[in-house]
Amino acid sequence: MAPTLHNEDLVGILCEMIKARIASDRLWSLQRQGRIGTIAPINGQEATTVGASWALDPAHDWVVPQYREPMGLGRYGPEILHRFTAWAIGHPEGGHIPDPIRVFPPQISLATQILHAVGLAWALKMRKEPGVALTFFGDGSTSEGDFYEAGNLAGVLEVPVIFLCSNNQWAISTPASRQTASAGFAAKAEAFGIPGVTVDGNDPIAVLEVVGAARERALAGHGATLIEAINYRLGAHTTADDPTRYVPADELAAAQERDPLVVFRRQLEDRGIWDRSMQADAERSGEVAIDEAWAWATNLPLQQTDLFNHVFASPTPRQQQQQRDLTEYLRGTQ
Amino acid sequence: MSTHPTSSQLRNEETLTMVSAINQTLMSEMQRDERVMVFGEDVARSGGVFRATEGLMARFGDDRVVDMPLAEAAILGAAAGLAAGGMVPVPEIQFLGFSYQAMHQLAGQIARFRYRTLGRFNMGITIRAPFGGGVRTPELHSDSLEGQLTNIAGLKIVTPATAADAKGLLTEAIRDPDPVLFLEPLRGYRGIKGPVPSGEYRVPFGQARWAVAGDDATIIAWSYQVEVATRVARRFAEQGISVGVLDLRTLVPLDIASIVDAVERTGRIVVVEEAVPTGGFAAEIIATINEHAFYSLEAPPVRVSGFDTPYPVGMLEDTYVPDVRRIEAAVNKLLNATP
Repeated sequence: MAPTLHNEDLVGILCEMIKARIASDRLWSLQRQGRIGTIAPINGQEATTVGASWALDPAHDWVVPQYREPMGLGRYGPEILHRFTAWAIGHPEGGHIPDPIRVFPPQISLATQILHAVGLAWALKMRKEPGVALTFFGDGSTSEGDFYEAGNLAGVLEVPVIFLCSNNQWAISTPASRQTASAGFAAKAEAFGIPGVTVDGNDPIAVLEVVGAARERALAGHGATLIEAINYRLGAHTTADDPTRYVPADELAAAQERDPLVVFRRQLEDRGIWDRSMQADAERSGEVAIDEAWAWATNLPLQQTDLFNHVFASPTPRQQQQQRDLTEYLRGTQ
Repeated sequence: MSTHPTSSQLRNEETLTMVSAINQTLMSEMQRDERVMVFGEDVARSGGVFRATEGLMARFGDDRVVDMPLAEAAILGAAAGLAAGGMVPVPEIQFLGFSYQAMHQLAGQIARFRYRTLGRFNMGITIRAPFGGGVRTPELHSDSLEGQLTNIAGLKIVTPATAADAKGLLTEAIRDPDPVLFLEPLRGYRGIKGPVPSGEYRVPFGQARWAVAGDDATIIAWSYQVEVATRVARRFAEQGISVGVLDLRTLVPLDIASIVDAVERTGRIVVVEEAVPTGGFAAEIIATINEHAFYSLEAPPVRVSGFDTPYPVGMLEDTYVPDVRRIEAAVNKLLNATP
């Protein structure tokens, strides 16, 4: 069952996609200026991410991302981009998305988060809470054992989880064809005993509809769905990568023709609900959003001895001693 | 440092094997808090390969006591999600050696999730796992991995040596907001038996216990080796030599004050572990002694360990695992040491 979409939803989705692209491009240039660490751009995956988020209810549904999606989770509030920017700077506050926002921090260890989403969905089921857990991962992650363990477990437990494989065709330099010999990634759902759906990941409305249907199914107690959203990574894997070494130029050029920001904008213009001034407004508010996130993140206080915080709920005596020793040492070096 | 349970606590007690103490504790904690869930391989229908979880499914239902697909990473990865979602997971890893297949979830995720999220998500997970040698298991069923596990910041490592401590420490573990690896000695499940206080009984983490008081030397041990060390101490006592046994109870957090006390009291220290010595926890204890109590030593500390080999097959394991004779020899060497 597709959610009812109003024009304001379509406009809202495009605004978020633009915001995500602008944040991604800004963080890229901040990395090039040496002001932040390695960053993985979202370029090309905005429709998949924003479309999926639009099918969710932020008050009840969890999002368990990998490391690109936080730029496209504006539906869960501006806090996500603030924290992601702090994360990119390397500030510990970056991993702390405050309660009650139902979003996990970025995940670096690929596919581990898929199991976390199953556990979260299991908790929702145990507590009889009306919600789902949606997790993002890439084509490369489907080669990890955790993907199979998670799919299998979700099938057995019938928990309300949505597996969203954002297939951007590349795991750094390894093409999707080298990840699997199966006919697409959605086909793997067969082995888990859950439905597998393939969708055009460049079309946010198509993504929204399949995620919405998977959500309805999960909320009705019928369990998990695996969705493969096919898109294309329009840039580098990360700021540390040079895709010109391995991405065929003609293939990239063809993908750029299908750039979700261009295609969806054209659709809304054809419907008469988007124009040049709205585009300019959306771009301006995207710039403001990342400006604000940057200002917030760069003004966070930090002490070197904060490195001990929150390992445990209360520090061990040994950690306390180390913290005291470090404090004294740092005072001596000032 | 704490002492044995007081006599008033012991007035209401019963004699239990360690596995029964564990089973009863799981029962009472599941009864107390409905968020507590027990899951793992063969824990529900069969009650666990050692029967530690026997009767739990019948009493609490198969939604709280769950037989899992055979996948260790799934067991621990799901536990992380459950904890973040407000449950209190008590997963079992059937044998500690199988935790290699979940190490990325244990070390890479559970142990650092609280840190990564700056305290947003507690990982109040108690992972129970049997370990240790002496029962002629197939490969990877007996490995002692303390050295590797204590090197993971963010995990508490708990190693009970008595039935009473199994209850008191497991209760504490389940109520602790942090991830606890609760290591149960294979040989101790039925081989260790003793008085267990009835009703609510908690043993705080980070408080070692003098299993045997002594003045001439101290054997520092944990888990089943406390039992072996106690036999050694008894044999020395027959010769009029007072050898103490300090049971660490928890490796993380570590009771450094009691270790220092042992050095100051006896000056001679043997540390016993069943594991590979290189990079191991006995080495950590000796380094700790060097930092905190070096000038109270009367002889260089000695460790009695496994060897720098994989845990061997059954016909070799009695040589690998420290026993009374090897520990005794180490104590004698210490007692005879002269500067």
